[in-house]
Amino acid sequence: MKIPSLKPATTRVDAGRRDFLKSGASAVTLTIASGVTLMAFGGSEAEGAADAGKRWGLLIDVNKCAQDCTACVSACQHENGWKGRGTPETDAQWIRKVTLKNHATGHETSMPVMCQHCEKPPCVNVCPTGASFKRKDGIVLVDKHICIGCRYCMMACPFKARSFVHEPTNNQSVNAPRGQGTVESCTLCVHRVDKGEIPACVEACDATGNGAMIFGDLKDPESEISKRLAEYPSVALRPDLDLNPGVRYAKL
Amino acid sequence: MLRALVFLGLLLALAAPVSAQDFAGLGPEIPKATGDPHPEGNRVMRRRHMEMMRHDRDMTMHDGEREIDASISECFECHSVKDEAGGYVTYESEKHFCRACHDFVAVKVDCFMCHRSTPEGFEEPALHAMGSSAEQDIDLARTYLEGLAGEHTESGRPE
Repeated sequence: MKIPSLKPATTRVDAGRRDFLKSGASAVTLTIASGVTLMAFGGSEAEGAADAGKRWGLLIDVNKCAQDCTACVSACQHENGWKGRGTPETDAQWIRKVTLKNHATGHETSMPVMCQHCEKPPCVNVCPTGASFKRKDGIVLVDKHICIGCRYCMMACPFKARSFVHEPTNNQSVNAPRGQGTVESCTLCVHRVDKGEIPACVEACDATGNGAMIFGDLKDPESEISKRLAEYPSVALRPDLDLNPGVRYAKL
Repeated sequence: MLRALVFLGLLLALAAPVSAQDFAGLGPEIPKATGDPHPEGNRVMRRRHMEMMRHDRDMTMHDGEREIDASISECFECHSVKDEAGGYVTYESEKHFCRACHDFVAVKVDCFMCHRSTPEGFEEPALHAMGSSAEQDIDLARTYLEGLAGEHTESGRPE
C-alpha cells in the first residue's frame, strides 16, 4: 500500500485549500514520529478529484453498437496516443471491438471490450509492487512510476485488457504518458473524468449517433447509468468470477 | 584536517582574483528559459525540483489532483530548447534542458521513458532507435548470433 507523502513545504499548490482540509473536522492527522504523518480524511472529502463517494462505470448497449464502427477505438487511440505498429501480437490495445457469433442462429454481435474496472481487480491482487491499483472512485490504473513490467497483471486479467509496451515510445500524449517496459490499459480517461468530462470513447460513440455507451456514477441512484441498470437487464462479463466490474453490457 | 582547510583557504585568498568568465565551460551550460522566474527562486528549484515533481506525481496519479504547478509538462512551457529547424529538441538531443545538467553530473533520468520531452502539441520526430524496421532488427540479431556461433566453432569447445 503506497501512502503518498504530504509535505506542503515542497509544493506551492493551493496551500490555502490544503490547510483548510487539514484543519477540517473530518480530517484526522496522526503524527507517529517527526516527519512521519498519517492522514485520514473522513467521508468522500478528498484533495483531488478521486472521490470515494463515487464509482465510475460504463453501460454498453450491445444492440446499438454497429458492427463496422470503430469510432470508440480510434477516439481512444487519438486521446491516449497509442497505435499499432503492424505487429498484432505485441501491439497496444486499450480497447478493441469483439465480435461474437451464435453458431446456432448465425447472429453476430459486436461490442467494445476494455478494462472492466473491477471492484475486486485480479490485476491489483497479483501486482508485486503496488503499481496496479484501484482509485477511490473505482478506476483501475497502472502507476508506471512503480511498474517493473513483470506482466503478472496481464496474466491475471480475465479480459485480456492490458498490454505491455515493447518498444521505446515518443510523442506521447500529455494526458497518457506511456513507455517501454511498463503495462498499460484503459484508464477510463481519468484525466477527463477528473475535469468532469466523459471518456473519449463515449464521446465518440455519441458523435456517431449510435449512443451505445453511457458513462456515469454507479453509486448515484439518480444518474442515468444507475437508472438504466435498475430498469433494464444487463450483464457483467465473466460473472462467474464475481469481480463486480464497473463496465456492464446490455442486450448481450 | 582543519589545518589543511586553513591552508587551502589561504591559498585561494592569495590566488589572483578570478572573473566569472574564467569559469566558463567548467559547469553545465544551462539554456535560457522564457517566462516568469520561479517564485521560490532558482536555488530551491535546483535542489528540490525532483522532490516537487515526485510529490505531485503521486497526488495526480492516486488522488486525481490535476491542479498542480510542479508537473513535468509545465516545465517545458518555459524550459524548452529549439533546434536549428525551429522545432523543439527532445530528450534524445544533448541540448535538451534536462540533459544540460544531468549529463554534466552523469545522472540518468527515467522520466522521458514515458513522458514526452517537448511542449504539448509539438509533433516529435521519430526516435533514432525506431528508424529500423522489425525485419532489420531480426537481421541484425541473426548476424550477431551467427557471429557468435562462428567464434564458438573456431575456438572449439574446451575439454
